[in-house]
Amino acid sequence: MFPPQFGYRRAGSVAEAVDLLAEFSDRDVRVLAGGHGLLPDLKAGREAPDVLVDIGGIDDLRYVEAGDGAVAVGALTTYADAVESEALWSRATAFAEAVSRVGDVQIRNRGTVGGNLAQADPSADPPAAALASEATLVARGPDGVREVDAAKFFAGGGGTALRDGEILTEVRLPTADGAEKREAAVGGAYVKKTHPASGYALVGVAAVVTVEDGRVTDARVAVDGVTDPPRRLAPVESALEGESADADSVDSAADRAAEGVDPEAAVSDAYASGAYRVEVLSVHVRRALETALDRATGAAATPTGPPHRSAAADGGDRR
Amino acid sequence: MYEHDITLTVNGATEELTVESRTLLVHALRDGLDYTGPNVGCESGKCGVCTVHLDGEAVKSCTLLAVQADGGEVTTVEGLAGEKGGTAGVDDPADALHPIQRAFHEEHGLQCGYCTPGMVMTAAQVLEENPDPSREAIRASLKGNICRCTGYHNVVNAVESAADSLRNLDAPTGGR
Ligand SMILES: Cc1cc2nc3c(=O)[nH]c(=O)nc-3n(C[C@H](O)[C@H](O)[C@H](O)COP(=O)(O)OP(=O)(O)OC[C@H]3O[C@@H](n4cnc5c(N)ncnc54)[C@H](O)[C@@H]3O)c2cc1C
Ligand code: FES
Ligand code: FES
Repeated sequence: MFPPQFGYRRAGSVAEAVDLLAEFSDRDVRVLAGGHGLLPDLKAGREAPDVLVDIGGIDDLRYVEAGDGAVAVGALTTYADAVESEALWSRATAFAEAVSRVGDVQIRNRGTVGGNLAQADPSADPPAAALASEATLVARGPDGVREVDAAKFFAGGGGTALRDGEILTEVRLPTADGAEKREAAVGGAYVKKTHPASGYALVGVAAVVTVEDGRVTDARVAVDGVTDPPRRLAPVESALEGESADADSVDSAADRAAEGVDPEAAVSDAYASGAYRVEVLSVHVRRALETALDRATGAAATPTGPPHRSAAADGGDRR
Repeated sequence: MYEHDITLTVNGATEELTVESRTLLVHALRDGLDYTGPNVGCESGKCGVCTVHLDGEAVKSCTLLAVQADGGEVTTVEGLAGEKGGTAGVDDPADALHPIQRAFHEEHGLQCGYCTPGMVMTAAQVLEENPDPSREAIRASLKGNICRCTGYHNVVNAVESAADSLRNLDAPTGGR
């Protein structure tokens, strides 16, 4: 499988990348990051762009920065680099856990957090975690910098809110800081049933919950692998909010997971029909919520990361 | 824009070559430079037989453009025997083995051998980071390397035994 012919230019900086995208704006021009989404598409003939602008060498976009109200991840941070950040694990646990569940050692060494979100594959792991984290995505284009809420970013069918000529530069994960965090405890989790062939999610659920005085004051739950685009599960969230932080509340909230999810429209393939995915959704919602609640209340420790960068964080499948 | 002169350091040797934009690293290595250690299997990033190290990390060279690797340091399985614990330069070069390769040989960690270069290169990174992995950790770390022959049992045995040899190499009193 050889990709069709295309032109290739390497950008040394974000500004140069934006200029190159503008220079080729009359052609089908694409950004190339880790290439682990785009190259398979080129090889399979699903895409045939004229020009690729390689941003993979822009080291300025590789970072995890823990700021006051958010943890910011540069778009070109590889999964392997991201999971080395303890701040990401402690403050954006669901997102860190989703990133650590992507693919395998070699994929995590090459694929990038920004490339994953820009690819917007309905079965990818990080998008649901970005939704449950209420992340902000930062894009830069010819007209400057723009911020987009994760809730408005994923459009379905691989489409995103990115405009032609823009590149995604950062994903910002808001976190409770300082004083606020002491009063209310926040816990996050990502649970995945792995597709046996592709390694993507058959069903993935990200949950972020806040517990105050034994009650759930905030619950955010999002799913991937089932709906396109991935989305929040509002009925589950509202069923849990205000309830006591225990197994019974989680059970009755998880029972509402499939509400409003149409099996006919769900992601479906030779391994798992849409109906199957919707069927197993609620059990994964329950597991994600249980783990997130345990982490919020301290019943379970929030992980500080895999033991080393190439280690697989496989807990979600075998529990 | 469609052809590029690139420089790769492969197993320590500087290699200059001209590639098309679309040339995959695995083809540049095999067809352009005659490093046939990395194999081509699924061609879609799933099976891992094309695994090499790029700047010290295991990557699937079928899912990487050769131009993306321009200026990078590549290690293929041919170069592994020249690394720490390997026997390159000591014996006949054709027989030179790295402890991981020797362990695959001794533990029967291969049958047809097609997956072996990739298994060995992934294991090399994992053992570098985690010198004493559990069997479960070994299995999980080889998720991206598929074997149609062995059933994996002896592959895990081989990596476990290689970990032992590499640790002995590092032990202050030990060493061969
Ligand atoms: C075998 C295999 C298994 C995988 N398993 C999983 C899995 O389990 N879970 C999972 O989530 N993913 C999985 N992936 C996908 C992988 O994580 C990709 O890395 C990811 O989808 C794309 O990231 P990338 O950096 O490789 O981007 P690329 O492939 O370079 O780009 C992907 C798309 O995003 C665009 N793009 C990239 N970066 C930017 C940017 N900064 N700004 C604007 N546009 C941009 C590109 O133009 C392209 O359209 C798997 C891939 C393979 C090959
Ligand atoms: S040939 Fe590269 S992963 Fe299969
Ligand atoms: S030994 Fe034949 S594929 Fe692994």
